[in-house]
Amino acid sequence: MKNFLLELLNNEALVYVLMALVPLIWVIPFALFGVWWERKISAHMQDRLGPMLTGGWHGWSQTIADAVKLLQKEDLVPAAADKKLFVLAPYIVFAGSYAAYAAIPFSAAFVGAEINLGLFYVISISSLVVVGLILAGWASNSKWSLFGAMRSAAQIVSYEVPVALSILAVVMVVGTFDLQEINQLQTGPVWHWLVFQKFPFLFLACVIYFLASLAEVNRTPFDLPESESELVAGYHTEYSGMRFALMYLAEYANMFAVSAIVVTLFFGGWNSPFGEFLSGPWWGLFWFLGKGLAVIFVQIWLRWTLPRLRVDQLTYIGWKVLIPFSFAIILGVGAWVLAAGQ
Amino acid sequence: MDATLTEVEKGRRPTTIPGLGRALRTEEMVISMGPQHPSTHGVLRLDIVVDGEIVADVIPRIGYLHRCFEKHCEHMANYQQVIPYVDRLDYVAAMSNEFGYVVAMEKMLKIQVPERVEYIRVIMAEFSRIVSHLIAIGTYGLDIGAWTPFLYCMRDREHVLDIFEETCGARLLYNYMWIGGLSHDVKPTFKDKVLEFCKYFRPNIKELNDLLSYNKIFIDRTASVGVLPGDVAVNFGVSGPVLRGSGVQWDIRKNDPYSIYNRFDFDIPFGKGEKGKVGDCWDRYMVRVHEMEQSVNIIEQAAKQLPEGDVQSAIPKRIRPEAGEIYMRTETPKGELGYYIISDGTASPFRIKVRPPCFVNLSALPAMCRGAMIADIIAILGSTDVVLGEVDR
Repeated sequence: MKNFLLELLNNEALVYVLMALVPLIWVIPFALFGVWWERKISAHMQDRLGPMLTGGWHGWSQTIADAVKLLQKEDLVPAAADKKLFVLAPYIVFAGSYAAYAAIPFSAAFVGAEINLGLFYVISISSLVVVGLILAGWASNSKWSLFGAMRSAAQIVSYEVPVALSILAVVMVVGTFDLQEINQLQTGPVWHWLVFQKFPFLFLACVIYFLASLAEVNRTPFDLPESESELVAGYHTEYSGMRFALMYLAEYANMFAVSAIVVTLFFGGWNSPFGEFLSGPWWGLFWFLGKGLAVIFVQIWLRWTLPRLRVDQLTYIGWKVLIPFSFAIILGVGAWVLAAGQ
Repeated sequence: MDATLTEVEKGRRPTTIPGLGRALRTEEMVISMGPQHPSTHGVLRLDIVVDGEIVADVIPRIGYLHRCFEKHCEHMANYQQVIPYVDRLDYVAAMSNEFGYVVAMEKMLKIQVPERVEYIRVIMAEFSRIVSHLIAIGTYGLDIGAWTPFLYCMRDREHVLDIFEETCGARLLYNYMWIGGLSHDVKPTFKDKVLEFCKYFRPNIKELNDLLSYNKIFIDRTASVGVLPGDVAVNFGVSGPVLRGSGVQWDIRKNDPYSIYNRFDFDIPFGKGEKGKVGDCWDRYMVRVHEMEQSVNIIEQAAKQLPEGDVQSAIPKRIRPEAGEIYMRTETPKGELGYYIISDGTASPFRIKVRPPCFVNLSALPAMCRGAMIADIIAILGSTDVVLGEVDR
């Protein structure tokens, strides 16, 4: 796609700007759609209807109306807050989650930046989010926000480890960090997908990655940093208007980013599940987004079913359950690769 | 902060860190939870002294919903006018409050009410127990972070409220039980609707158990948390599910029966420490779930035996009790609700004092919370199920 744009526009700087903006075409509509979708799913799970009026058909434009409302709100900064940091925090949070999209392969034809350490880049750049969260919690000068920020720091640091270890198991099998290459290795029928390789090791790695990624994006049962029944709203208690919307946007962007990683690493990325049938750049985009939404559906489903863990239980699961299991997986996969390969 | 807090702070010892060999004085923080907080169930404020996430002390601050209930009563033109006010004590179980008041007044006036009235009152009071427990359980799920059970509870509650609405026109504050009778007789379809509800509701309790009660995360969050041993509970004077959750089998419906409760066959659920220690949050929660089952049993029995009659025949024309006093206690969903009524022989009460179960139960909160984590405070407060309308009056 980059070459195509270069030929078309013949201006390198413009092409880079365009390439950087392309994922935004997906992220913003997705956040609007995702919020509405989550409301509808939760409503139907809870024996109610959810938004039904705004826009006519099943309240489809509810979140658009919400976004417009948030845009109109007064730009409020608490008097006791550290103004500069308070204003900066939402941008860092959003930048962290959006930057991850640069290396995510949407289709065989489009990936923002083709870097051979794509996977490594994604997991490291998405850790930038936690800096923003701590900043938000600290700058708000509210005790509840600070609690939320401290919790999110503890949580994300704890769960980075199982995330990295479960990804390592995949990298040991495929032998590359390049996300496009990982996709290409999975081309073919369903059983070529990595989740079915080296069974059951990569399947377990998938489960561990998915659980740990829930903690990374603060979803229930790991939504402690913003647990509304304890910490009011956690780190974004003091945020309102567009800054709050930006935090929210980052949350949904992050949700899709981790789902994209799950899909790429374990469920064949943009590959069609039917081998050659229905494959190609556009179908690839379709499969990729469809699979991503399916993973998000599972996230939403869990959120509206499970209660929330407590801080000590959360770190217990991270350090004493997920990490030992991921080490076992690495050991198993390593032995398998050694025995089968060399 | 004010004087009480410094008193508390004086008594605190430095934290000893194991392995470090010496005491480390970490700084404590006072956070104010409420009165505007999603989980304080109304307008309760808790001053929480925390060391990191560990709670050193909790001081409940009450009075945000004080409406001078007792003083108002003294200025009523007659005893009947008090009833709409008692509705507003524990507003999620208004029928039970009315029941306690009218039973006390009837005892004072030595009125024998018709059988039909007694049966309808028992049915309504047990319905209000179900409604109150549904709210307690649903919001408890919310406190723990589970949203969906709350909506399921609200769905079931709606069926009960429909029956209330059909009977007396109101859905929350009824003014239904009058001294010596009822404001309206029930509709002819009442009996069928009640029995239908019993049939509908039983499977839903099982669904609730599957979804929430036996959920692993829910048990992890509530078992062995906020333990209130039986003897401590008795010393605090707590009552209702909080007392029974601590393993004490005390229910005024059984131990000191009023109205016609001695005619029905039902059990008193109590905490057994099934998932953790006796008297933990899970026990208190589970007592409520089992009590709903027992209430359905009572309602079913009462509805089947419902006699015919005139519900207003015993209502006195003029209520003017002899000078004297009376204390009458009944078992509301929250615990022992007592009315202490003094009459000076005139038409309006000289003094009405309420012994509210929530107020007493709330006093045990600091004892349960010390040493817990912030998230546990929410769990413990939710499991005591206080309604601030009753705490503050």
